[in-house]
Amino acid sequence: MAGDRRATMGNIIAQRDVQKVFETDAFSLVGIAGTAGLAVELVHLFQVELEHYEKIEGTPLSLEGKANRLSSLLRANLGMAMQGLAVVPLLAGFDAIQERGRIFSYDVTGGRYEEHDFHGVGSGSSFARGSLKKLFRPDAETDTAVRVALEALYDAADDDSATSGPDLARRIFPMVSVVTALGVQHIDESRLAQDVERMMAERLGRPDGPHASVTGDPS
Amino acid sequence: MSVPFYVAPEQIMKDKADFARKGIARGRSVVVVQCTQGVVFVAENPSKALHKISEIYDRIGFAAVGKYNEFENLRVAGIRLADLRGYSYDRSDVTGRSLANAYAQTLGSIFTETAKPYEVEIVVAEVGADESADQMYRLTFDGSVADERGFVAMGGSAEAIEGAMSAVWQPNQDLGTSLQQAVTALGQHGTDEHRSLSADDLEVAILDRTRPRRLFHRLEGDELADLLLSA
Repeated sequence: MAGDRRATMGNIIAQRDVQKVFETDAFSLVGIAGTAGLAVELVHLFQVELEHYEKIEGTPLSLEGKANRLSSLLRANLGMAMQGLAVVPLLAGFDAIQERGRIFSYDVTGGRYEEHDFHGVGSGSSFARGSLKKLFRPDAETDTAVRVALEALYDAADDDSATSGPDLARRIFPMVSVVTALGVQHIDESRLAQDVERMMAERLGRPDGPHASVTGDPS
Repeated sequence: MSVPFYVAPEQIMKDKADFARKGIARGRSVVVVQCTQGVVFVAENPSKALHKISEIYDRIGFAAVGKYNEFENLRVAGIRLADLRGYSYDRSDVTGRSLANAYAQTLGSIFTETAKPYEVEIVVAEVGADESADQMYRLTFDGSVADERGFVAMGGSAEAIEGAMSAVWQPNQDLGTSLQQAVTALGQHGTDEHRSLSADDLEVAILDRTRPRRLFHRLEGDELADLLLSA
């Protein structure tokens, strides 16, 4: 899961280094879009609930359980969403029962939808998803997947004014976290910086990013 | 009209205390020990599902002996209090001392106000940056609190175990040594005859100060077996 760092207030860039990807417990991540204050509060409460359940019961909630819980937290915010203060989270986690990574998206009413392969939320997500559609490889290693996520965020920032690209001058890069059977791992900033610099160098020659093959063979 | 028997308050308190002590003495024991790596909780507990040791918060752990339903009540209340406080304020505002205070209040009022006191004894431990900053609070059925150092033993043969521990425990010893001392003390001075306890008879956890954020970690399976062998 990767997130850019931009928060906006109308046409103003409110924050350049905001965090949008959160570790909610050892095996789940939540990314947020929408009203920042409410979204961060939602994540905070969700984290506390997961940890509380784990400590009381002595065992963590199943991924299905976490997804359902996030659903009802979101449903409780419907009133605010109707007044324009919507929150749209994206949940990704490792399912210990099914032994695979899973992604869940939500609507403001708490509707919960399992996504396959990839998904994105937020103002730039349609561009990011377009990019992911072409770059996604089911057999990609983590390194490749991280690069694909960075490319998708770049494409989103390229066309959406509320998504930021990598800020090379200030050294502010997207935040990327990975969840596997071993747990959540945050990709180190220095490693991300290398990936971003490589991507930028390639984009200098080809601003629209990597080619996707027309015939079906991945290039 | 019948006149109720008069019983002196001293007698009532004494009877309640004796009752609680008897209840606690029936159970197996728990030892909590400090070491360089953190605070280790060792319980003689063959059950893998019903725990005597628990995580409360980032740096705080809990161990108990006595009646399961009663200390489970206290454990859940402690986690609730800690999580609520951490959520309302900040994670750094949850302290072992405030939790020990809350437990002391609860146990104290149950002891004085109800007919049957809780038959439990608990330890609340909080690890600091190093051994000298660790805190261990022992709470008894009547709500009294003791601030302990080094090690604490509770349960049926607490005194004998404490005697054995005080003969061997030293500051700045490693995890394996502390664990081995606790296991030996539990085996030789526990309720039954001299035994040697294996990993299957034990419930072990550590508040490991070398970990990030949530320091509580259960030592189970191979990890525990290796530690028991190494010392």
